[in-house]
Amino acid sequence: MRTDVKKINEQTPYEDLTEGLMMFAGGTAKEFKTGEWRTNTPVFLQEKCRQCLLCVPVCPDGSIPMDGEKRLDFDYDHCKGCGICYKNCPFGAIEMREGCEVPAKEGKEA
Amino acid sequence: MDQTLEIRWHGRGGQGAKTAALLLADVAFMTGKNVQGFPEYGPERMGAPITAFNRISAFPIRVHSNIYEPDYVAVVDETLLASVHVTDGLSPEGAIIINTPKSAEEIRGKLQGYTGRVITIDARGISEETLGKNFPNTPMLAAVVAVTGVMEKDAFFAQMQDSFAHKFAKKPQVIEGNMKALKMAYYVAEKATEKQ
Amino acid sequence: MSQEPIRERMSGNEAVAEAIRQVNPDVMPAFPITPSTEIPQMVSSFIAGGKVDTEFIPVESEHSAMSAAIGSESAGARTMTATSSAGLALMWEELLLAASNRLPIVLTLVNRTLSGPININCDHSDGMGARDTGWIQIYAENNQEVYDNYIQAFPIAEDARVHLPVMICQDGFITSHAVENINLLPDQPVKDFVGTYEPEEFLLNPGKPIAVGPYSISAYAMEAKRAQAEAMENAAEVILEVAKRFEEMSGRSYGFFESYRMEDADYCMLIMGSAAGTAKQAVDEMREEGKKVGVLKLRVFRPFPEKQIAEALKNCKAVAIMDRCESYNGNCGPLGSEVTAGLYRNKVNLEAVCYTYGLAGRDFTTTHVKEIFGALQSLVEEGKKIPHNQYIGLRTKK
Repeated sequence: MRTDVKKINEQTPYEDLTEGLMMFAGGTAKEFKTGEWRTNTPVFLQEKCRQCLLCVPVCPDGSIPMDGEKRLDFDYDHCKGCGICYKNCPFGAIEMREGCEVPAKEGKEA
Repeated sequence: MDQTLEIRWHGRGGQGAKTAALLLADVAFMTGKNVQGFPEYGPERMGAPITAFNRISAFPIRVHSNIYEPDYVAVVDETLLASVHVTDGLSPEGAIIINTPKSAEEIRGKLQGYTGRVITIDARGISEETLGKNFPNTPMLAAVVAVTGVMEKDAFFAQMQDSFAHKFAKKPQVIEGNMKALKMAYYVAEKATEKQ
Repeated sequence: MSQEPIRERMSGNEAVAEAIRQVNPDVMPAFPITPSTEIPQMVSSFIAGGKVDTEFIPVESEHSAMSAAIGSESAGARTMTATSSAGLALMWEELLLAASNRLPIVLTLVNRTLSGPININCDHSDGMGARDTGWIQIYAENNQEVYDNYIQAFPIAEDARVHLPVMICQDGFITSHAVENINLLPDQPVKDFVGTYEPEEFLLNPGKPIAVGPYSISAYAMEAKRAQAEAMENAAEVILEVAKRFEEMSGRSYGFFESYRMEDADYCMLIMGSAAGTAKQAVDEMREEGKKVGVLKLRVFRPFPEKQIAEALKNCKAVAIMDRCESYNGNCGPLGSEVTAGLYRNKVNLEAVCYTYGLAGRDFTTTHVKEIFGALQSLVEEGKKIPHNQYIGLRTKK
């Protein structure tokens, strides 16, 4: 019964679908790049960031990765640009820009 | 016993007519019969008239309806005679067994002209005398067994002795009283049946 | 080898509880409702007495009972529940999910009418209301059958060709609360028959993650439903295989339906549940008078064995199709609709009269059975016109 979910698509005949459309894999959302849905894009202004981490738990798409106790730059493969992090940031460390484009890195890495 | 014996019980919610019907099914089962014991369910209200039924047969019982033409009727509470037509469909070849201190002659007038045998048994009196409380089920059960002849006396007594020993394992002091109530009622009903 | 039967007497609810004790399922989420309340009550006492190690989940509604059942069955636990009437109606949404997620849950349904008018007594409107939820449905005539059906439910549900939930139905009060003789099986053969539940895929399976019940876009949902329908079709052969295996153990034989004195019958009563026994008794009495009458007692309502029913009826002159349920469609009850459609599709042409009986606990007697056979006979032999959709046991001015 275990089937590679990557082999199932919209052309698969019903006989070859999994029972009850069960998915035999975990974390499949990772494969599904929702970043392209973005119409607005958050930009991480590292120099203003105090690492209060209020932004991380409010992100509905888990698109703010962490390294130890610090947040990193956005995961633009999955960020849909909803702007919730921007609204929650008390320090103006997130800026919203129009469009889907991933901002160029500005030198100072975390 | 070639035919299915059909018995209808009349009582009031909370008095144990259903329990009596299930007890009768139980003892008949123990003596090798096929049995059915079931109440007619409605809104369950303490004191409201209720009916319960028994079928007892040497053969498997398949009918799943109430009993409209019983061979026997047992009335656990005499006051029901005023409001319920307890003899409806009752076979004149059979009998009606009523829990009352009154005589059969005194009761017959309340039975819508029923012509069959009327057996009265003071189940309350017997129970109070032997158990010190009003538990009319045991004497009523014994009277029904005596009148219907659904099983042999000795087998019935032995069966009930076992069943009381099981039921009252934690208070064996009441077994004797229950057996006394049972036998007393059995003999009263047996004698009354012989007379008619 | 057939087992020596254990002669007992008990009510239909006790019989189900006894089967549950023998099967010892992993989880039972349940909420009490008359007339099925005794079942969770008895299972709880088995748990308290250490007779089973079933995990009982007290929930606050039947909606939650079936939700919890879906969760625990998905997790890999053999799960069952019990309900009646409004309880089943409250499970409605989850019933469909249990089936579409292909979870072999077993539900014992003690049939009771659906309100209104509010009433606690038996008819089949609860089970019939759930007839298109994707559950296998098996109906019983008495305590013996509900016990036997319950034991067979797990191997049917859990078969890899099926993986569907099963509803084991019996008539509320009429059999659930009636004490009757029964032949029980010893514990060990029942346990061996049902076997250990070893699902291939389940949630609590480290290193083998799965997702159950994912959202499905239109590109997949129709295909999923078709696959589910096929599992229901497969259930037919599995039901017969399991019945055969059960017969080897118990000596009692089961099929989609029981044909009673049907070999040469001109007139047939097609009926489900406890009333079938009453019909058989009446048929025996009528046979004494030389009437060629028989009973077809339907056991398996889902999947619906229409070909086999058509085959069984093809030599009859007329059939009375008995529904303990009103469909409010102006024609007949669900059994009437499905049987007549099946007869048409299988090109079997006979007089079919649909009767509604026994609603909300209305008693059904041998006198009614005889009256119905009389009507069929006058329809065929005297050409008497009778309505093809009627009630029996109803007070009317006519």
